[in-house]
Amino acid sequence: MTKRNKFMAVLSTMVLVSCGALFLGQKVNAAGEGKISGTVKLDGTAPHMRGIDMSKDPYCVKANTATPAHLQTVEVGQNNGLENVVLYISEGWTGAATTSTEVPVFDQKNCMYTPHVLALDAGQTFKVVTSDQTTHNIHPLPNPMTGNIPWNQSQPPGAAPIEKSWKNPEVIPVQCNIHPWMHGWHVVVKGPYATTDSSGNYTINNVPPGNYTVTAWQETYGTQTQKVTVAAGKPGAADFTFKAK
Amino acid sequence: MRTRLRMWALLTGALALALPIPSWAQLTTSQLQTWLNSPAASSHVGNITGNAKAGAAPYRRYCVGCHGPLGDGNGENAPYMQPPMFQQPRDFQLGVFKCRSTPTGTLPTDQDLFDAITRGFDRTNMPPWNTLSKQERVDLVAWVKHFSPRWANEKPGTPIVIPPEPEVTGDRIKAGRDVFARVQCWKCHGVQGMANGPSAATLTDDLGRPIAPFNFTDGTRPKCGDSDQDIYRIFMTGLDGTPMPSFADNIKPDEAWDLVFYLRALMSQHSKEKEMAKKLDLKPVDPNAPAGQQ
Repeated sequence: MTKRNKFMAVLSTMVLVSCGALFLGQKVNAAGEGKISGTVKLDGTAPHMRGIDMSKDPYCVKANTATPAHLQTVEVGQNNGLENVVLYISEGWTGAATTSTEVPVFDQKNCMYTPHVLALDAGQTFKVVTSDQTTHNIHPLPNPMTGNIPWNQSQPPGAAPIEKSWKNPEVIPVQCNIHPWMHGWHVVVKGPYATTDSSGNYTINNVPPGNYTVTAWQETYGTQTQKVTVAAGKPGAADFTFKAK
Repeated sequence: MRTRLRMWALLTGALALALPIPSWAQLTTSQLQTWLNSPAASSHVGNITGNAKAGAAPYRRYCVGCHGPLGDGNGENAPYMQPPMFQQPRDFQLGVFKCRSTPTGTLPTDQDLFDAITRGFDRTNMPPWNTLSKQERVDLVAWVKHFSPRWANEKPGTPIVIPPEPEVTGDRIKAGRDVFARVQCWKCHGVQGMANGPSAATLTDDLGRPIAPFNFTDGTRPKCGDSDQDIYRIFMTGLDGTPMPSFADNIKPDEAWDLVFYLRALMSQHSKEKEMAKKLDLKPVDPNAPAGQQ
C-alpha cells in the first residue's frame, strides 16, 4: 500500500466514524428528549373481582391453590391506583410507528395471561410463551376489517415461543378456548405508550417537545383523553380518574 | 412487468376509491365495474380461469339466499339457521375461512375455496355444489373473493407441505395415541373422540356463538374433507374462525401421519386402522396421567 492510499484509508475511516458518532449522538438525544407521566386512579369502590372456577382443568386448580385466581377487569392497588391502564398519544404524534426494539413477552402462566394487558406499538414484535404444563390455544380476535388478521395456534407444554406482530392500531381481545376464563388484551397503538403499574403510575418515554393528546384506556371503563404539552427540559404531566360504575 | 405495474395501479386505485365507504361490499356501480375489469377479479383452479363478472349470476341464483347480496351471511334464510342446531352462513366480508391448505391467519387458495364449494359442509345447510359445472364453481370463487378487502391487500398463504402417506402400522397408531395425549386433543374432543372433553361445553366461535368440537364417533364427516390428507391438513392449519388451533408448530410431519391413523381408529367408520387398533387393544388416553407417561 502506498503512503497516499494509506492516508486516504485513514481519512475515510475518520470521516465514517465521526459521521456515525454524530448519528448516534442524535439518537441518544432523541431518546432522552422528554416524557409524559402521571397517575391513574379509581374514584369510588372497586367492583368485586369474582374468583375463577378452574375445575375444568385439574392442573390449573393446582397451580392456583396458594393464591386463588380472580377476574382482572378492574385491578386496584395502593391509594386507589388503577393497574393495567394503557396510556398512549392519540393525537400529535408524528414519529415513526415502531419506536421500540424491545420484544415484550405475553406469558401463559398458571392458566392466566401475564400481563393481563399487553400494550404494543403497531409493527412491534412480541413473543407468546407458555410456562404451563397444560395445552393452551392462543387465539387473538382482531376485527379482520382493520387489517389485523385473527389467528389461532396451540401451545402444548414446552412449546416454542410464537413471535408475531400487529399491523394496525386496535384493541384486540385474546382468548384461550380450552380455558374459557383466560381473557387478555393486546392494545396496539401508534407511537410510544405506557401501562400503569399496581399503584396506577405511568411514564411514557421518548416524547419529543410538542402538543399532544394523551388517551388512557381501561378495559371496563373505556377511554379518557387530556391535552398535554411537553417542552424542552419540561416533561408533560397528566393524571386520570375513572369513576367506578 | 408492465401488466404487473398496471395491476398494482388498478388495485391501489380501487382501494383508494373504496376507502371512504364503510364496507367493501357496498361499492358503487362504477367502482364495482372498475374492479370487475381488473385482473384481481379472477381465480385460477387447475387450468381453468374464473371471472368474477361471470360468477355474479350463479351467485344470485344459488348462494344469495343464505350468504346474502352483500356476502355478509345475512341472506333471507340466515335467521332460520341458529346455533347450536345450525351454523350460520359464512360472512365473506371478513375473509376468514375454516378449510384452508394455508397456515392459520392467511387467506385460502382459490383451490381451497373451490373444494369447499364442491364438497359442501357436512352437518350444515351448505350442500355440495358438484352439480354446477367446474367453470361455474371457479367463477363463483372469484365472485366470493370480491366481498372482502383482504383479497385486494394480501396474497393467499403458501400451502403446507404434506409428505407422502406412509404405510400404517400398529406402532404408528400407538405413536398417534401419544400425540393425541401430548398435545391434549382430548381437552375438547374427549378421550374417545366423542366431543365430550372438559372444555367442549364452553366453546364459542370468533363471533361468540356456541360451537361443538368434531365428534369422531357419530358417523359424520369432518367439515373440511374426509381423506387422510384432509384430516392431516385440518389439525396442521387449524380451522380459522373456530376454537380449533393450528398444531403446525407442535406436531412434526411424520407424527402428524401417526395422529391421522389414530384419529381414523377413533372414527366409527370401518377402516384398516380401526381393525389394527382393535387387535392392539388400545385403551383411551388417561387425562390424569402426568405429561409423557401414557
